[in-house]
Formats: sequence, C-alpha cells, structure tokens
Amino acid sequence: MATGTEGVDARRAEYWRRTVRLTAILLTIWFVVTYVVAFFAVPLNNFKFFGFPFAFYMGAQGALVIYLIIIAYYARYMNRLDHEFGVSEED
Amino acid sequence: MATTTGGDFISRLPRIYGMYTGGFLTFLVVLALLEHYMDLSDRTIGYVFLAATIGLYAMIGVMSRTANSDEYYVAGRRVPALFNGMATASDWMSAASFIGMAGTLYVQGYDGLAFIMGWTGGYVLVALLIAPYLRKFGQYTIPDFLGARYGGNTIRLIGVVCAIVVSFVYLMAQLSGAGLIMSRFLGIEMMYGIIAALGGVLVCSMLGGMRAVTWTQVAQYIVLIIAYLIPVVWMSIKVTGNPIPQLAYGGVLEQIGVLEQQLGVVAGHVAPFTRTDMANFMALTFCLMVGTAGLPHVLMRFYTVPSVKEARTSVGWALLFICLLYFTAPAYAVFAKHAVYTDVIGKGLAELPQWVAYWGKIGVVAVCDAVDAATTIKGCTAAGNGDGIVQLKELWLHGDAIVLATPEIAGLPYVISGLVAAGGLAAALSTADGLLLTMSNALSHDFYTKIVNPNSSVKQRLTIARVLLVALAAIAAYATIHAPATILQLVGQAFSLAASAFFPALFLGVFWKRCNKAGAIAGMLVGFLLAGYYIAGVGWNFNALLGVGFFPDPGPSPANPGVDGRWFGINAISGGIFGMPAGMLTMIVVSLLTRDTSPEIKAMVENLRYPRLAKA
Repeated sequence: MATGTEGVDARRAEYWRRTVRLTAILLTIWFVVTYVVAFFAVPLNNFKFFGFPFAFYMGAQGALVIYLIIIAYYARYMNRLDHEFGVSEED
Repeated sequence: MATTTGGDFISRLPRIYGMYTGGFLTFLVVLALLEHYMDLSDRTIGYVFLAATIGLYAMIGVMSRTANSDEYYVAGRRVPALFNGMATASDWMSAASFIGMAGTLYVQGYDGLAFIMGWTGGYVLVALLIAPYLRKFGQYTIPDFLGARYGGNTIRLIGVVCAIVVSFVYLMAQLSGAGLIMSRFLGIEMMYGIIAALGGVLVCSMLGGMRAVTWTQVAQYIVLIIAYLIPVVWMSIKVTGNPIPQLAYGGVLEQIGVLEQQLGVVAGHVAPFTRTDMANFMALTFCLMVGTAGLPHVLMRFYTVPSVKEARTSVGWALLFICLLYFTAPAYAVFAKHAVYTDVIGKGLAELPQWVAYWGKIGVVAVCDAVDAATTIKGCTAAGNGDGIVQLKELWLHGDAIVLATPEIAGLPYVISGLVAAGGLAAALSTADGLLLTMSNALSHDFYTKIVNPNSSVKQRLTIARVLLVALAAIAAYATIHAPATILQLVGQAFSLAASAFFPALFLGVFWKRCNKAGAIAGMLVGFLLAGYYIAGVGWNFNALLGVGFFPDPGPSPANPGVDGRWFGINAISGGIFGMPAGMLTMIVVSLLTRDTSPEIKAMVENLRYPRLAKA
C-alpha cells in the first residue's frame, strides 16, 4: 500500500464509500425486481404488460432487462469514478 | 491462431468470427439443399453435423496450442470484453440451459422462471461483488485468491477440493447431456456418445488450456445461439406472423389460457406457485444466483480480460449474450404447449402429427391411450382409457422433447434438427471444456505447483496439467455412465454447493478486511458440508443407501407419503439456502473471535478495491 498523506487516504475512503453505496443501491433494485415481485406474483399477474401477465413477464423478461441495465450502469459509473479519483488504469 | 502475434490477432477477431459465422450459415444452406435434392438420410445429416462441429472445435484447439503459462492459464489476459462475454456465455450455458430449460418451463410454467431469473440475476452479483476485484487480483485460479487473501495452504486446499467437487458434479451433467444428444441423433449407445464428446473436449483444452478453450467457446456460442433461435423464430412466424418470438408469445399465452379452460387445466401456465410453493421458488432463485457468483469455472474467465474496466464491461456482454437464449426459452415452452394443445390433445391416434411418432421412438414422447399403457409403453405412468383419442393426461413429454422436437413441430427440414443437436452439443461441450480446465488447473496449479512442488519448471507444470486433464476426463466419463440422476438436478445441486462453499469467502474477502484465515476455513467447511449433507440426504437418500439415520430424509414420495425429512419443506436442489448463510455467519463469528488480519492482508485488500493505486 502506498504510504499516503491524510488527503490521499480520505480520497480513497471516499472512493470506496461511493463504491459500496452504489453497490448497495443496485443490489436493492436487484432484490426488489426478483424477490419482491415474486412475492406478490399472484396479485401482480392480474395486470397486463405487452399482453403478458405482469409477474410472468417480469420473471421471463422484465427482471432480465433490469439486470442488464444494472450491470451496464455500474460499469459506466465505476469507470467515471475511477477517473474522478485518479485510480483508473488508463490515467 | 498460434502463428499470429497478440495485437494483430486481437484486432482481427471480429473479422475472423464474422467469416466463421458466414461459413457456418453457408454450410447450413448447402446441407439443406443437399437434403432436399439428394435425399440425405436423417442419420447422415446427424453425423455430418456433429462431426463437422466437433472437428472444427478440435481444429481451433490445435491451432491455439501453447507452452506459455499465462497463455495456458488465462489466455494471455488479452481477451477483449465482448469476446470474453461470448466465451463466458457459452461456458455458462450448459446442456441444461439449452435442452432442459424450455422443457422445465413447459412443465412448470411460471414456477420454472426461477431458473430464468436465477441463472441471469446471478450476474449482477458477479459484476458488483466479484469480477472486478478478482481481475485486479489477477492470478490464475479461485484457490489462488483464497490462498493469497487468507494465507496458507489449508484454505487453498479447501478451495481445491470444493472446486473439484462442484465442477465434477456439473461436468457429469454436461457429459450425460452430450451423450444423450449423440445417442438420439446418431443412434449410438450413450456410453460411446459420452466418450466421443470427451474426446472433442480433450483435444480442445489439452494443448492450449484457457487460450484454446476461450476461442473454442466463442465459436461454440455462435453455433448454439443460431441453433436455438432458428426453430423458434420459424415457429413464431408460422403461428403469429411475427418473426420475433420473444415479443410474439404474449398473444399465444392468452390463447393457451383459453385452451387451458376448455381442457379443464386447473393450474394454468402463468399461475404462480402451483407446482412449487413460494418458499422453494425463492430459495431456488437465490441458490442459483449466489451459486453463479461462486462457480469457479465462470469466475475464472474474468482473469482473462486485460483490465478491471474490461472485466466490468465483460460481465454485461456475458449477460446480454446469455439473455438472447434465456429470453427465448419461455417462448419455446409456450409455442410447444400451443402446438400440443391444438394438434395433439383431443385428436384420434391416426391423425397425430408425425413428430409424435418420431420422438416417441426416441423415447421422449409417449402417447398413453392404451389401457395397458402403464406396463407396455415406455414413459407412461398410468393406463389410458383406450378410446383412441389423446386426452391431456394421456400424453407424456420428457422435458428435453420441447427443444428437440420444435423444428419438426414447426415443419422445418431435418437439417434444422441436426443443427439443434449441434447446438446442444456445443452448449454441453463448451461448459465441459471450462469445467475440466478448472479441475485440472486446481490440481496442477494449486495443488502441485503451489503446495507439492513449488520449484517445478513451467514445462513440468504444464505436462502435469495435461496428464491430469486426461485422467479427470476418464474418471468423469466413468462416473457419468454409472450416475443415476437427471441433468437438471445435478446442475442445480452444483449451484447450491458453489453458493455455500465459495461465495461467502470471495465476497467477505473483498468487502470485509477483518475476515481472517480461521473464519474463512471454518465458514467454507461449514457451508460446504452443510449443503452437501442436506443434498446427500434429501436429494440422494443417503439414509436408505447407507442404511443409516444420520442424514435428513427425502421429501414425501409415492412409496413413503408420510415421511418428510426436508427442513421447512425446502427441496434438495436449494440446499444452499442453508449452507450459504450458515457459512457466512460462521465466517463472521469465527473471524471476530480470533485475531485480526495482519497489516499486509489489509493492504492487499485495500489494493483490490482500486483498479490502480497511484503512488502517493
């Protein structure tokens, strides 16, 4: 580990804090679209979505699309964060 | 591929695989024309397809041979994110995904979606919690990470054992899938099918290790996705006029609802928790997700990209390529159900479509109308009423029949059935490649090089790796030929084991500096053994097998309706729902009770968290 000054340590801590916060937020979304939707699957199926019952649609496609968005957003956000905090591999 | 230099080869990849895809499609068209004009027999088409694809994979394997450890273990760490995504997708999608899943969805309707969500949602965990950090760590194997993070050979050895058990269980499922495909399409015995498939896998991975496996897996992905999409797109055009089955099957779903009411089906296709209860649905989804983030053969792929940034992107590509197939599997199930409800049920025995008789001969479909059906017809469990008309409960369909028979249900030429066989084989072989390599690397790199003989030369190490590869393949073939369980069960159980053994140690290893060696050892053992204990008892009925009372009993069965040894009614496949939290909790408690990690370990974890640490 680099023997940094206090400023460097604080910046690092801030980078990690923001990483963990983003991870937690995205995992919450992941949890909701998977488990909360499944928990209410019976009533949610009364709604139609693209001609599909809603809970069925979520399990078959909707959740998957949201997983993809989560991963893409994470990659984009983290790559920017790397640059902002000067820890990117490309700098 | 062995003759080109790094950067040049990488920049030419899109063109190479573009030409490959074009070549494959041309091959398909030529074969279709030959079938049409020259009356090729089904068997010939089957042989041409399987021989051509296996030959192709073997060729890539030979061309990618290498004597360099970085190339052998991590493909030189220069696989671009997109191609690693493709390789991960085919590494990931097994015979169970390709052949079994649509069948599971056909039988279970909504409840089968646990597999769809479980096997995709796990990538969120891989992307957020594992892949970037593993890439930053940047060595060869998962036990490498455990050994470095927690220190010492004990944890590395536990990692080796867990990786081998998990991969071995999973490999058996792939081999039996490949054997089944060969025996169905070539009419050869399952045993020879398994041996032929293993031969293909070995040629791929033996000479070139990860490098060969990577480029073969990309080629296999292209074959399997083309094979999976063509029949169902055709079916979709035929039934709905819309060439995008993933969008079109919503309307068909409604028609099925109407047909279900007419046929008196109580538990409709879209009704949740009618074949499984909610607790099992949730537990299964959870185990498949967490298991994904703990499967060594998948995680290992993220060592092969050039950077942390590419690792993050690569997970996204992988999931996108996986979703192409997973979006489609429910459509397969729905179209097949529509065909069965309209063309088979309520029809006289003489007017049944041809595919029923054809796949009946192969043994995945059975019409059980005869009054003595239960004893005379393979697959039938009950007698029919003998009225010459097929009632719903008189039709038995093996789950595998859905994908296999769809080309014929859609009225496509046999060449497409051959293509589907080649696709299923690609799915099975690509996964088998990755698994076999994981096991041999665990033994050669982690056990031999790191523990037994650290002073060995590169040549010695790679020789050991190759010998082990062949030995493991032989053992796996033997075990598969004698194994009793069905494909999907085996795979599910591997996920529960991986979730329990690896996930807590990998996750806490990055996110909690305080997690120490004692905690990790205790946690991995508790998680793995608890899940294994539960699966052995409930899934394999070890009590009856060994004549003991030590294990939990299986759930209620027709023979033993009163006995239910399951905990909270959870099925064996979801045993990880107990193993994973128990392992995690043990890891935390034991870590807190024992000495804090050293400053060196803390510095190492700190280093993992940043793609590049500037010198202050």
